[in-house]
Amino acid sequence: MTAEWWQEGTFWLIAVGMVVSALRVVTTGNVVHAALYLVGTLLGAAAMFVLLFAEFIAWVQVLVYVGAIVVLMLFGLMLTRAPIGKGNLDNDQRLLAALCALALFGVTSWVMFEAFEGEEISFDRSIATTAENVGDVIFSTYVLPFEAVSVLLLAALVGAIVISRRDRG
Amino acid sequence: MPITYFLILSALLFSIGVYGVLARQNAVLILLSIELMLNAVNINLVAFAAQLGDAGVGGQVFALFVIAVAAAEVGVGLAIVILIFRNRQTVDVDDMSLMKW
Repeated sequence: MTAEWWQEGTFWLIAVGMVVSALRVVTTGNVVHAALYLVGTLLGAAAMFVLLFAEFIAWVQVLVYVGAIVVLMLFGLMLTRAPIGKGNLDNDQRLLAALCALALFGVTSWVMFEAFEGEEISFDRSIATTAENVGDVIFSTYVLPFEAVSVLLLAALVGAIVISRRDRG
Repeated sequence: MPITYFLILSALLFSIGVYGVLARQNAVLILLSIELMLNAVNINLVAFAAQLGDAGVGGQVFALFVIAVAAAEVGVGLAIVILIFRNRQTVDVDDMSLMKW
């Protein structure tokens, strides 16, 4: 059994898990379960990043998405006291939404096949990027967008506090 | 390994996210579906970065930017949802039809 075989097997295992838990996120009737299934999809994506030799992105994915965003979502569910259990979480256009999503999937996957069929990712150490590589590129080529993102985060933080505080003066 | 595997997986996850945004009524669940879509984009970016090798580190940097913007979006979005809940005691987007005629 070659290394390539192991990589493909791992890919299919993770991909099936990701798709199943993503489907549960959009179909489950319990809001807390939806958030926990989202953790499954996000951890699967982190595993994909490891498979693609992007270790730094994988750790940021685990720390920021699973550690912060999902916890924030659970806080949001708690603070809005959303009905736990079987509630009316879906609207009445489910069929239309499914058709729309299927059409989108058909078009995008067809375009991807047409454009990139036959191109391979060669899995050897030459494509591995360390945190050092990523840091070099962030603070040289992409330093201006990086600063813009940090200002955006600060603005979002201040905005979220201003929007949700009770006593507005 | 063909790059189309990753692209099709990401297209599938994006479509599931679109379904969630269109079919869900609870505002927090819509935000969860948006996270699914942003995540699909990240898989695409990192797959192309891996294919390009050394020239593709920029793809990983943009995946980081997407994660940071997603964090900002969730912060502001949840603040708005909580404010709406405080004023109207509901987070169903179908009930928020004040500005619809």
